[in-house]
Amino acid sequence: MLIPVALGLGFAGLLAFLWALKSGQFDDLDGAAHRILFDDDEPPKREV
Amino acid sequence: MSLSVCRHCGGAIPESLAGEFCCRGCEGAFRLLQGLGLEQYYLRRSVDPKARPLRPDEDALQIHDFSAHVTVDDTGEASLHLMVEGLHCGACIWLIESLLNKQPGVTWARVNMTTRRLVLRWRQDAARPGDILAPVLAVGYRLVPYDPERLGAETQRQEKELLRALAVAGFAASNVMLLSVSVWAGHFSYMGPHTRGLMHWVSALVALPAVAWCIRPFARSAVSALRAGRTNMDVPISIGVTLACLMSLWETIHGGEYAYFDSAITLLFFLLIGRYLDSRARGRARSTVEHLLALDAVAVTVLDEDGSQRLMPPHKVAAGAKVLVAAGERIGVDGTIVGGASDVDTSLITGESVPVAVAVGAQVFAGTINLSAPLRLVVAAVGERTLLAEIVRMMEVAEQGRARYVALADRVSRWYAPVVHLAALLTFSGWTLFGDAPWQMALLYAVAVLIITCPCALALAVPVVQVIASGRLLRQGILVKSATALERFADADTVVFDKTGTLTLGKPQLVASGDWAESDLVLAASLARASRHPLARALVKAAPASQLADDVAEIPGMGLEIAARGIRLGSRTFIGIADDGAAQGPEMWLSRPGAAPLRFAFTDAPRPDAAQLVADLKAMGLAVELLSGDRAVTAGQVAADLGITEWRAGCTPGEKCARLAELAGMGRKVLMIGDGLNDAPALAAAHVSMSPSSAVDISQTVADVVFQGERLEPVTETLHVARKSRLLVRQNFILALGYNIFTVPLAVAGFVTPLIAAIAMSTSSLVVIGNALRLSRGRR
Repeated sequence: MLIPVALGLGFAGLLAFLWALKSGQFDDLDGAAHRILFDDDEPPKREV
Repeated sequence: MSLSVCRHCGGAIPESLAGEFCCRGCEGAFRLLQGLGLEQYYLRRSVDPKARPLRPDEDALQIHDFSAHVTVDDTGEASLHLMVEGLHCGACIWLIESLLNKQPGVTWARVNMTTRRLVLRWRQDAARPGDILAPVLAVGYRLVPYDPERLGAETQRQEKELLRALAVAGFAASNVMLLSVSVWAGHFSYMGPHTRGLMHWVSALVALPAVAWCIRPFARSAVSALRAGRTNMDVPISIGVTLACLMSLWETIHGGEYAYFDSAITLLFFLLIGRYLDSRARGRARSTVEHLLALDAVAVTVLDEDGSQRLMPPHKVAAGAKVLVAAGERIGVDGTIVGGASDVDTSLITGESVPVAVAVGAQVFAGTINLSAPLRLVVAAVGERTLLAEIVRMMEVAEQGRARYVALADRVSRWYAPVVHLAALLTFSGWTLFGDAPWQMALLYAVAVLIITCPCALALAVPVVQVIASGRLLRQGILVKSATALERFADADTVVFDKTGTLTLGKPQLVASGDWAESDLVLAASLARASRHPLARALVKAAPASQLADDVAEIPGMGLEIAARGIRLGSRTFIGIADDGAAQGPEMWLSRPGAAPLRFAFTDAPRPDAAQLVADLKAMGLAVELLSGDRAVTAGQVAADLGITEWRAGCTPGEKCARLAELAGMGRKVLMIGDGLNDAPALAAAHVSMSPSSAVDISQTVADVVFQGERLEPVTETLHVARKSRLLVRQNFILALGYNIFTVPLAVAGFVTPLIAAIAMSTSSLVVIGNALRLSRGRR
């Protein structure tokens, strides 16, 4: 039966979205759009 | 003016300076970034002309004491939440994060560009917050700590709940719709009752929990409306969806032919989209206003008994405390002067454009600016009859009146809900009494009527237009804070302006013609450079080439003097001319040995497009009025210049409110535009109100709409958009109701199947959304 498979996949997608929402990935949509433009060769954290 | 621009802030370099920078702060910032290897920043950024230029404040480090806002957790990690002003583009985020990550002890630094907030975490024993943030301040950003619990946490929580419900509804709707399509196909080809029953059961399994979860925002609002004895759009929505689910469940249990699970959940999905967009658009506007307000909040310097100084937020200062206000600082508290004499700019409170001279014993109020010399104040008792308390009280009274306004959608639903429920009842009784149908059948038809009339398109009609309208305005720096602001804007037929700071720029400018020569102006400006008095500033602005003269002394409340050369610049009395009351507006006098005193006259110039605005408003058929707290001479002059025939001068806040009440009594819908503390009660009392973003915080808080920038054009733009939205909302209501007129007879006659319901519902919603989208096109 394809119905449980379809439902299961949809449900997995829903869980993934809820997880992303909870972990704050939707908090700053504008910032993420700009962040991708800057590539830093040095690691983001550096002990001085 | 020089054509070259500063390498750091991008501002013009004054002619008098050689080199590549406009000031020492910018040069220091540039060297700092170069030293850290971050000069790529200048290549990456794109300067946003609307944002504050990136110019370091000379006293930035002293303004705030960050330690009060630091929280420390068990592991010894400290964190601090800050608002950032001066963000231009993505490169600014990169720069701030890079600067902070280079500091010792920092474990986490992240800027949120949407909300313009910075979260900083560091090991508490490794560094002090002031040291960590010093480079960011030195580059020219302004940072203000805030309490994340207090600011916007509630709206953000609601928004997340809506988004979560939206995701669940989307998932359920798409899957149930898939199943329903096969059921619909089964009606036309062969599908056994068992297969159909299975499909219905699976649909029920998916849809029922989803509906139960997603209906909560609507049910909550419906219940609270019913408790208050009103109805709103959420009442028929909740009833319709619940009944559709219950009936479908009943049908499924009894192996019936039709189930409406898909309609119920799709309806919720559409409505949640509208709700979410609406809350997001307004949440943005509100957070921008909060941001502007927090940046304006001043710290107060409190003098302790032992003579030491502490910086404190104004609301924490106790009555009776001694406070020091430096020259040029905004006074943060109401108090009595116990030391010093100065000039105080009271324009935000009284609308008076000329500063007032104050001395020991005088009362000063929060929101005024101390101009020429340091003052010591004793803070007046809190909750006493201070000016601020008085104004807040008046404002609260005025706001109660406005709370009675009912949104158009709720007015429609007031009669819509009873009519719909009556129709369903009639269907039920009609079928049982005259149609000879069994009561289950009649109930089924009645519920079908409720489902088909469930106001999907009707509920979308307003929010979709709102979202698009406020989005369009937001892009032009106009922040719509209140949900019904646009509706009330469209009603307005009278515009009442404040003068100082609203129609005018609030800063005096030198009148170009007078009986002085260019060399006199340069001499006067060379003295004026020593003062922060707005008139002196205006003189300097008129003569940018002047240099500061030596040995200039400022005599607070009087003027400036070079005692050795006998040159004086200041008020009439300072020069020794009798005050004959002939003064027309603000003035300054220059006296030199062996020459007659010269008079420099000033005016508070209207905003560049003020006259145009007044003409436009009149052309749009609105009455224009001016209510000013300033003197009659000045107010009358401005009114005459701008072509306003109806004006009143010398108004107290109470008189402004009274005038608005008088206008309201004549049946007028007043749009009040003002910026000062003295306008706040009037802003709250008016039918709808607007403030420039340079206004005092209270005015910005009560105003429905806040606009940024020097020009007044946003007023006509908002009116234009508001009227267009009102038209579109009305069209949407007609479309939605027209759809009901077609489908309700079908439902009453018992012809509606789930397929017809689904098609009718989605097409009507799409038509409404499509109609609303027309607003985003066609900018004038």
